[in-house]
Amino acid sequence: MSLDAATVRRIASLARLRVPEDQLPRLGQELNAILGWIEQLNEVNTGGVEPLTGSAALAMRMREDVVNDGAQPEAVLSNAPERIDAFYAVPKVVE
Amino acid sequence: MSLTELSIAEARAGLDRKSFSAVELAQAHLDAIAALNPRLNAFILPTPERALADARAADDRIARGAARPLEGIPLGIKDLFCTRGVRSTAGSRILGNFVPPYESTVTANLFRDGAVMLGKTNLDEFAMGSSNMTSAYGGVENPWQRKGDAATRLVPGGSSGGSAAAVAARLCLGATATDTGGSIRQPAAFCGIAGIKPTYGRCSRWGIVAFASSLDQAGPMARSVRDNAILLGSMAGFDPKDSTSAERPVPDFAAACDQPMKGLRIGVPKEYRVPGMSAEIEALWQQGMAWLREQGAEIREISLPHTKYALPTYYIVAPAEASSNLARYDGVRYGLRVIEPGDSLDEMYERTRGEGFGAEVRRRILIGTYVLSAGYYDAYYLKAQKVRALIARDFERAFADVDAILTPTAPSAAFGMGEKMDDPVTMYLNDVFTVTANLAGLPGLSVPAGLSAEGLPLGLQVVGRAFDEETVFAVGAAIERAAGFTARPVLRAGG
Amino acid sequence: MSEAKPYRVSGDTGEWEVVIGLEVHAQVISNAKLFSGAATAFGAEPNTQVSFVDAAFPGMLPVINRECVAQAVRTGLGLNAEINLVSVFDRKNYFYADLPAGYQISQYSRPVVGKGTILLDMPDGTTREVGITRLHLEQDAGKSLHDQHPAKSLIDLNRAGVALMEIVSEPDMRSPEEAGAYLRKLRTILRYLGTCDGNMEEGSMRCDVNVSVRKPGEGFRTRCEVKNVNSVRFVMQAIEVEALRQVRVWEEGGAVEQETRLYDANKGQTRSMRSKEHAHDYRYFPDPDLLPLVLDPAWVEELKRGLPELPDARKARYMRDFGLSAYDAGVLVLEQETAAYYEAVAKGRDAKLAANWVMGDLFAALNKTGRSIENSPVSAGNLGRLLDLMADNTISGRIAKQVFETMIEAGTDPDPAAIVEAEGLRQVTDTGAIEAAVDAVMAKNADKVAEYRSGKDKLFGFFVGQVMKAMAGKGNPALVNDVLKKKLS
Ligand SMILES: [Mg+2]
Ligand SMILES: [Zn+2]
Repeated sequence: MSLDAATVRRIASLARLRVPEDQLPRLGQELNAILGWIEQLNEVNTGGVEPLTGSAALAMRMREDVVNDGAQPEAVLSNAPERIDAFYAVPKVVE
Repeated sequence: MSLTELSIAEARAGLDRKSFSAVELAQAHLDAIAALNPRLNAFILPTPERALADARAADDRIARGAARPLEGIPLGIKDLFCTRGVRSTAGSRILGNFVPPYESTVTANLFRDGAVMLGKTNLDEFAMGSSNMTSAYGGVENPWQRKGDAATRLVPGGSSGGSAAAVAARLCLGATATDTGGSIRQPAAFCGIAGIKPTYGRCSRWGIVAFASSLDQAGPMARSVRDNAILLGSMAGFDPKDSTSAERPVPDFAAACDQPMKGLRIGVPKEYRVPGMSAEIEALWQQGMAWLREQGAEIREISLPHTKYALPTYYIVAPAEASSNLARYDGVRYGLRVIEPGDSLDEMYERTRGEGFGAEVRRRILIGTYVLSAGYYDAYYLKAQKVRALIARDFERAFADVDAILTPTAPSAAFGMGEKMDDPVTMYLNDVFTVTANLAGLPGLSVPAGLSAEGLPLGLQVVGRAFDEETVFAVGAAIERAAGFTARPVLRAGG
Repeated sequence: MSEAKPYRVSGDTGEWEVVIGLEVHAQVISNAKLFSGAATAFGAEPNTQVSFVDAAFPGMLPVINRECVAQAVRTGLGLNAEINLVSVFDRKNYFYADLPAGYQISQYSRPVVGKGTILLDMPDGTTREVGITRLHLEQDAGKSLHDQHPAKSLIDLNRAGVALMEIVSEPDMRSPEEAGAYLRKLRTILRYLGTCDGNMEEGSMRCDVNVSVRKPGEGFRTRCEVKNVNSVRFVMQAIEVEALRQVRVWEEGGAVEQETRLYDANKGQTRSMRSKEHAHDYRYFPDPDLLPLVLDPAWVEELKRGLPELPDARKARYMRDFGLSAYDAGVLVLEQETAAYYEAVAKGRDAKLAANWVMGDLFAALNKTGRSIENSPVSAGNLGRLLDLMADNTISGRIAKQVFETMIEAGTDPDPAAIVEAEGLRQVTDTGAIEAAVDAVMAKNADKVAEYRSGKDKLFGFFVGQVMKAMAGKGNPALVNDVLKKKLS
């Protein structure tokens, strides 16, 4: 598989990363090199293997249904780049 | 002896004996930071006022006879840990002047035990790197230099390069760090100190900026194995706020450092003799085996057949998780926002993220986005998680026959700033020996074991069974005893 | 089950069948959010129910709420569905201002609940089975306010992280009526279970409608998803207009494109949501912050034992034990409160009469006064006492209606016996008094008596009316009848 400029552009847009047009080819090459190297995994026979996802624990603990958080609008908003009253503010979204 | 040369255990004893005060101890380190940090750049943000306030409080408790396990011990905190009221950057521009209104569980545990915070240490941006060169706050210089070559500045390794350099240069007695693919052990090896990545789930991830959630683990760095054991004993523990935190008691790690080697079976994986590994690393490895054998351990060759696939597996899993974990940095609720008049929401996202993330982070987000995207998930991510299962199975089988595994920590000694920078894959190879423990969730400790021909530190790695840090500490301490590593870096406090 | 006449859209090329599947997002009733300890209450001040987890601050981690899982399991059991003892949470990645983490934690490949069924009660008393494909747990997003500021959208994260159950049906419905019946029935079941309040106006139940059309007997054609339709009525309207639109597209030689559409209730049409369609690639993968959700079979059993009697079982019981028609039973079980009220009235009394009073006089009164049955102006106890007064012949049915009116108007839930006493409404069973009244009526209407006796039977009713009038309605109707018959013959 190889990444052309159009694919890099699509992936960058999916990831909401602005990539200047003139950097697309170089970035494509870099990503291709990494993907090419990664593809050695195809040598491994993984038939019948269950994917591993991390922790060794088998079952997830559950919390009790108790309200013990929230009620801290200032703490939640204090780092906001822009706020209006008790809201975060972003450029108007037109649906 | 200078206060900056003490071990944590010695410092605790000295404080309790009132040979010196916690304020004096903190001040000695703050002076060292003031003197050396402008060159080393190991701290992004020293916090001297906080340190002295912590130290005064420690002196009070000591005076009252109420000293806690780490009372008055000055530490560096990797700037990936959120610290309440203290700017936390993850080494990235995108967090802007983010000041967390909360304290990470690991740092909260350390402060609960009386530790003093000297400041926030430098790191590769979002912990993505093996050189510390990707930090938005500039590279960190390794306090070690090649023999007779003061001109070449070396990297401290990464991503916990700031913590490693600070500990090695005697700017702190110990530091927190994190390890996703080798980010504690490789910089520890490059800087001639010890560092352990504990078992996945041993330390809470709550409040640590996430890189790759299924691989990230916090751990300590310090100049001795025992100091690591002391720090980990405080950092570790069950945390109900982290669903992947292990509900297990924390053993007495420091006591484990004295366990004898007699009867232990140490595995040496034949697949770790990678092409291009230097002769001196091979020799050091042999030396490590000999030291353990001399202390009564039995050395056995083992096979970890999927070793060569660990790095490519890692470079699918980690970027995939990172691409999702880093989606929250969007300029809406905290951190940097880059916006031009008339920008739409999406344009604001793209500009903020395009400018807020550095090149390596952007590269990994793109790789991660690609491998998860429609049509590629099975071929990349799912495939990688299956290979990961095989890698974990290799270890499981090996641990049926051995109690711990000995390997080199990194394939080379520290390299120069700017070297290995053109080709990402070459840089990634730094983690070839360390990344397997992350994929399998196992504890891994790096111990300084000798010097290269150029006079640079080299480390050996001990990998143990899940939740058997005790054996890892025991083997590490045995190597430490035998190696008698006393070399010190050129750039250091009082040096 | 009888076959009702199938719903068809007639086009130029003949009749078309509509194929409908529904995706319902039902807000789980819980104190705290799915993965955080912040509150879920509706209508709080902006950003006052937001934890750092909900706002996706750096280093924050999700921990699942047991009650939300229990609610999903209860709902699954209520839908006769398979409970998956192992399920997995995935991340659904996309950027939006009210999605703080840049991903929604949801369940993609392994939902907590698998296949189930739901029985629709159609207006003609028949039932129809619709398959449930799955139910999964996921997080709600926050709220974007677009009309508060000229240049900005404002973000409130109070809802961000609230637990939702996404309940997906099979494409088993064939008419707007069936879709309406599905939503009403699902709402009933959720409310019985106490797992969702079913309030579509407040958005605690939201519906996406998948619609396609085909010639009867054909395989499926391309479907469109009509998003976020927020009332049963609009769902039915949206299906109607979307089906018509698709028939037109096909008949004009075009092809329906699979897309997401929006129903505009004002214009009565659906329109394409191209913006939402743009580059959607959710990159689902298992959330590495969470472990598989593994349920203890004993816990599931315990939840099962704790389930209330569900509407289908209750309806069957009403038909069996009370002899009610399918329709009446269906109406009475629709709301738990109604059923409870009805049962309180029916207990130890004529159950069919009780049903008639509840569905007739009481419903009419509630309608008129705009009250719900929980705060009915007449309690079940006093309605029951009113029925008792009829049963023991203290009052007639006609007087009972009058007493009931008085009870409604009083608004203080008065005892009907007291009204009967105070207003002297006790019916007259003294034959002497009745005979006297009959005699007086017959004397006043001698001509009509003659007509009756010469064969004009229809006049009997006239005499009954006159006697009752003379007795101010209090004459025992049976006795009045008897005496009249005797005296007129
Ligand atoms: Mg949907
Ligand atoms: Zn959904």
